Amino acid sequence: MTDGAKSALPSLLGRYEKEILEDWVKLQLASDTHRADLVTERDVRSESQRFLEATRTAIANGTDIRTPEWNDVKNLLTELSQSRARQGFSPSETAMFVFSLKQPLFGRIRTELAKDPAALADATWAATSLIDRLGILTMEVYQKGREGVIQRQQEELLELSTPVVRLWDNVVAVPLIGTLDSARTQVVMENLLQEIVNLGAAIAIIDITGVPTVDTLVAQHLLKAVAAARLMGADCIISGIRPQIAQTIVHLGVDLGDVVTKATLADAFALALKRNGLTVTKVAAVSSGS
Amino acid sequence: MERIPILKMGRYLLVTIQVDMHDRLAMALQDDLMEQIRRHHAEGVLIDISALDLVDSFIGRMLGNIAAMARILDADTVVTGMRPAVAITLVELGLSLTGVRTALNVERGMELLDTAREERETGDGRRQG
Repeated sequence: MTDGAKSALPSLLGRYEKEILEDWVKLQLASDTHRADLVTERDVRSESQRFLEATRTAIANGTDIRTPEWNDVKNLLTELSQSRARQGFSPSETAMFVFSLKQPLFGRIRTELAKDPAALADATWAATSLIDRLGILTMEVYQKGREGVIQRQQEELLELSTPVVRLWDNVVAVPLIGTLDSARTQVVMENLLQEIVNLGAAIAIIDITGVPTVDTLVAQHLLKAVAAARLMGADCIISGIRPQIAQTIVHLGVDLGDVVTKATLADAFALALKRNGLTVTKVAAVSSGS
Repeated sequence: MERIPILKMGRYLLVTIQVDMHDRLAMALQDDLMEQIRRHHAEGVLIDISALDLVDSFIGRMLGNIAAMARILDADTVVTGMRPAVAITLVELGLSLTGVRTALNVERGMELLDTAREERETGDGRRQG
């Protein structure tokens, strides 16, 4: 790369910042990737302006974006990319912010260096590789932002999907819904044990009506939860075992040991009441027949 | 050497572990406990571990051993107040303390000892009075 090309970009940006900004903003607003519903023209303008300013300062020290001089630009892009990922921009809509800078910038380079083809080619190359790298950075951050969203949702789902409900004095129940994997069992187990302590429960009912399949692994997870609850001094009852699941368990040769199992939550609850020395009786004459 | 105090409460012995258990302390407790069961003709042992937030495989096995030994000396053992994290750890270690009775707190543990005793007295009648 010649010295001429190296110095061409900074001086170009310095001299024509306003013009480039105008062209760039216009281009972004006219582009079909512009989301008028999510960002206003003023936002686009101020973001673009801040980006150009930061770039102008950074580019004076070279086009290697790994140097600390580029940190401002990178932070700006990171921020922008993250906020756009959160607002629901698509990947291409986010990336176009940086890539759309190419056209106005190349236009300026061409008019400026028209007389010197070698310098023109060098400056174009320098500009395009710089913008590409910034574009890739944008995408990486965008991707990370999206992954963060997914991860947060997964965690929320975990918390939402494992409520522990108090059925009676000393009796709690965990209605499990959805597939059980190790991570979820861990959360279920922790929640259940904590609630056993909080509510002083002596009997815990694990209801698996909503668990679609029970394989050896799921059964093992359940047995672990039962064993842990027993260690704390609470008895467990597993309820909601559907006929097919009962068949599967037997076919798989899973040994549920001495864990009490019931077909429905109602049966399990009845047993829990009985163990507490309680019975449910009908009140004699409930204004019936009168 | 420090020792874990063993309190006599009527027919039962009460042990509350308040300090971090190390292996030597655990062995000493086991020895003392057996000695006390014999001396007081205790019918039940209640071990409260609600203050323990760390139980390793050695302590876990010791609890199981104490229960087994106490059973030979004709005393029931109840472990009470185990914390959730400890319970999970023991299960992950594969120690589910099958021979040990458990209860949520000391109060429930006492009830459990009472009922266990009644069951055995009415049941096999191995012990008279």
